[in-house]
Amino acid sequence: MEYLIIIISAIFVSNIVLAQYLGICPFLGVSGKVSTSVGMSGAVLFVMTIATIVTWLIQTYILEPFGITFLQTISFILVIASLVQMVEIILKKISPPLYQALGIFLPLITTNCAVLGVALLTVSRNYNLMEGVVFAVASAFGFGLAMLLFAGIREHLDLMDVPKGMRGVPIALVTAGILALAFMGFIGLV
Amino acid sequence: MNQWKNFSKGFIKDNPVFVLLLGLCPTLAVTSSAINGLGMGLATTFVLVCSNMVVSLIKNLIPDKVRIPSFIVIIASFVTIVELIMEGFVPALFEALGIFIPLIVVNCIVLGRAEGFASKQSFISSLIDGLGMGLGFAFALTLLGAVREALGNGSIFGYKFIEGDAILVFILSPGAFIVLGYLIALLNRFKKAT
Repeated sequence: MEYLIIIISAIFVSNIVLAQYLGICPFLGVSGKVSTSVGMSGAVLFVMTIATIVTWLIQTYILEPFGITFLQTISFILVIASLVQMVEIILKKISPPLYQALGIFLPLITTNCAVLGVALLTVSRNYNLMEGVVFAVASAFGFGLAMLLFAGIREHLDLMDVPKGMRGVPIALVTAGILALAFMGFIGLV
Repeated sequence: MNQWKNFSKGFIKDNPVFVLLLGLCPTLAVTSSAINGLGMGLATTFVLVCSNMVVSLIKNLIPDKVRIPSFIVIIASFVTIVELIMEGFVPALFEALGIFIPLIVVNCIVLGRAEGFASKQSFISSLIDGLGMGLGFAFALTLLGAVREALGNGSIFGYKFIEGDAILVFILSPGAFIVLGYLIALLNRFKKAT
């Protein structure tokens, strides 16, 4: 039951992109096409889950016993940076087309605040390891859901006659706002 | 390069938020009031200036292959300093900004300037660039915060000018996206005119 609450609240009620504003850069950057946004969400799911597990272990077994929690930011970001490097190498070998499509945004997962954000939230909410993993996976799915919805809308937006000054980023942001408004309807679900 | 131009480009021409679209997460998240936006902007400015300075000083010592991780460690150290200072001196602001203080470390604008500017330029240029970009970021955050606070709460910097309720949605998440979208559209309009 607890896990169900974590899942629902991470995906819908406080969606990581639309309610917590984490991972906006890839959200706006690679959401032009549905196919690339799927790839990006997959990469985020993978990195986020592993990052949360590793950072949780570091926090519990290294930082807290030695009383050096002020090193949290530095150690977490280093773990995430090396993980991203690993995913990059693996993807390059396994799926070159996907690697090409994600292009610059793969190294940018390092500076994707969603990954570090989820790791920090897991620690600050005192989740245990299992809850942390569930939270990370659900958050990644929330990210994927928002990306997919947004990419779908943007593909249609390309065909619309948007006023000149609003073309490109402004209309995308307003669309995201309306999407966030829709997600506010889930408040009260949990 | 003319140093004044180098300093002032961060405000309008290359504004990190309105033009380069970097560092949008904290931009959207903390600007529910003008004072939060200003605090976040100044904290980021401090990190940006310090990391730019250090990176430009040691740029010749870092091997090319490990430069990004080294930059991140430099940035993360300064973020930790900011975190400890803010927790000690402005605990209320620290509470309000919450997880977004450690997240300065993944703010694309800081790494972007380190990689794109400070790793190639002299110490003085990097210092001025960091200051200009940081203040431009703070300016954008304060502006966005002020607009949202005015529409959503009827106040600016905590000073209330409308009695009673305002349009609450502007301080909630949808308002952040919509206000930023319209501000960028407005700026595009002005840039066309000049």
